Amino acid sequence: MAAINGAWPAAGRQARARTVNGKTIAARLLLAAVAAVVLVAAAIALAGNPRLFGLTVLNGLTLAALYFLVASGFTLVFGLMRVVNLAHGSLFLLGGYVGYAVGDASGSWFLALACGFAAAALAGLVLQAGVFRFMEGQDLRQTLVSIGLSIVLADIFLWIWGGEAYQFDPPQWLYGTVPLPLVGKYSGFRLVVLGTAIVIGVGLWLFLNRTRIGMMIRAGVDDKRMLAASGVDVQRVFAATFAIGAGLAGFAGVMGGTALSIAPGEDVRYLLASLVVVIVGGMGSITGAAIGALLIGLAETFGLAYVPTYGVVFTFLIMVAVLAFRPQGLMGGRT
Amino acid sequence: MSAVRWRRAMATQPGAAAAAAGGHAAWRAAGQQAAARTVSPRAASAWAWRLVVLAVLLVYPAVASPFFTFQIGGQSLVLGIIALSLALLGGYGGMVTLSQMTVAGVAGYALAIFGGNASAAHSLGWPWWLAIAMALLLAVLAAVIIGALAVRTEGIYTIMITLAIGVAFFYLVQQNQEVFNGFQGLHRILPPQVFGVDWRAPVPFYYLALACAAAAYCAVAYVVRTPFGMALQGIRENPRRMRALGFNVNAHRIAAHALAGLLAGVGGILLVWYNAQISPGSVGTTSLINILIIAVIGGMRHPAGPFLGALLFVLLQNFAIDLVDRERFNLVIGAVFLLILAVSPDGLLGIGRRLARMAHPAARRSS
Repeated sequence: MAAINGAWPAAGRQARARTVNGKTIAARLLLAAVAAVVLVAAAIALAGNPRLFGLTVLNGLTLAALYFLVASGFTLVFGLMRVVNLAHGSLFLLGGYVGYAVGDASGSWFLALACGFAAAALAGLVLQAGVFRFMEGQDLRQTLVSIGLSIVLADIFLWIWGGEAYQFDPPQWLYGTVPLPLVGKYSGFRLVVLGTAIVIGVGLWLFLNRTRIGMMIRAGVDDKRMLAASGVDVQRVFAATFAIGAGLAGFAGVMGGTALSIAPGEDVRYLLASLVVVIVGGMGSITGAAIGALLIGLAETFGLAYVPTYGVVFTFLIMVAVLAFRPQGLMGGRT
Repeated sequence: MSAVRWRRAMATQPGAAAAAAGGHAAWRAAGQQAAARTVSPRAASAWAWRLVVLAVLLVYPAVASPFFTFQIGGQSLVLGIIALSLALLGGYGGMVTLSQMTVAGVAGYALAIFGGNASAAHSLGWPWWLAIAMALLLAVLAAVIIGALAVRTEGIYTIMITLAIGVAFFYLVQQNQEVFNGFQGLHRILPPQVFGVDWRAPVPFYYLALACAAAAYCAVAYVVRTPFGMALQGIRENPRRMRALGFNVNAHRIAAHALAGLLAGVGGILLVWYNAQISPGSVGTTSLINILIIAVIGGMRHPAGPFLGALLFVLLQNFAIDLVDRERFNLVIGAVFLLILAVSPDGLLGIGRRLARMAHPAARRSS
């Protein structure tokens, strides 16, 4: 492989550059057209009913915040270990349910949040150390196993917690309404979700770019073997990454359970969101996850608000457009 | 099976391509064995086997109760056809997709909408043959679109993209009232009364499904030996090399999606007739994943695998109630799926083959 690449490097690079240029121009034109259409539509919507528009933007942003929390863990795990963990939605539910049980028993919402994170992180650790570790490099088998696990887990959750939806009981000062211009009053907790996602996003960025472990994770994403060769215990880095990624899903479970609710079926919903966000944003990129979550969260909310019966088509179209012009995702490096 | 044995299984296979391709190699290695087996001197005994199986399948309704003919036999054959379309893509094309049930659902919804169903507002009332043709056409079209999107990326991404597309279709039919009647779905979708036969009665439906299944089986068995099928398997082994040899890799892959779409469409039409209705649940995540489970537990390396997997799946679905609580079916099927993944990369067929190999030297030694 290396020999082939080395034989005609210049020719290959030229050819690639040319095709990329042609495609970029087409993509830019299309992007401009789409942006124009979106802006015009937004202006019309804003003029027609400013309150609905403002509410939809805020709802879209908070949904995007939830999606980002779930998808950032998914993309982190995928980027480093190449594991498409389709049980990620189950980890979200696990965090939510455990958080609910703890919150119900102790009465403390913050303890629930911490336990949701810890339970999912522990489950992620067990998954990585007990299952995925033994199938390293077998992408398809790992994915199939994660599907099997998600089925089993969903059924166990249904067994324990039944089919009803659970709602959390956060402290009063978090849950009130906040007066805002344009929309009047808005749920304070949803703004908390938005703020938390921004804090987590920045924290994750700092963690990956400024700490030693973060450096190891980034090195692992680029080249696992070189990282192992430089004396790093890769398995421990993997386990830590999986725990953080899973923990974020569990954290989002409590957050999402408070903002919306926790019920069977939510695992699939957030798994789909993670998949689409990561396909759109680029596999393995935290920035990509943020951009993808923003696009998908806004598209979904606007779809539901303005064209209820075809809402999901927007999400689908965004994914198709990205796959058509940038198959590796908006911020994805390699495919 | 431990990771070491798994790796050894890959390494013992001839051909550098298998070793180079990492995770898929074990799945692939089993396929090479299958290919080798069919050209071996035991071909005659293989034919004898096929005739025995065919005879059993033909006689089955005469000895089985209507429940076993329709619910077990008919349903297994129908699910087997849809899973076979996945086996064609996954086993021979190296593209494991989760959207085959979506394609089948497109055919099912199209049949209900263009043909007839209980809700006059949602049916166009076309004659049955035209509605079937339209349903198959739309299924192939949907498969081509999904294929064209999925081949933009490779390997494990296919599963993500097809899952995303499948779930998006599920949400579309659930949200949309105008065309798909939302959550309730469409009901009373019955097969036409051709030749004065009620094709939804257990025995006629069984033979209809059997005929379609046999045709699908033969089609796949034939296609994988044509130059197109060989090229497809070459692409599964090593797309780079096939591209370098001048094959249009994406065109082959999309063509495979189209063919699989046709099979899934046939299965989808039979499935709506079997259920007499279609609703978002028919194309929900569970249904999508069930098809993958069926194909994997049966084995994707031989066209018989999906039918075997479907039979086990349907039996479990109906009789898991005797083993455990009715509510816990998903737990049982998930555990069976994980067990098969753990012990055999090639599903039940692979286990059968390994047992046969173990039994043969033993028999020789004892005689």
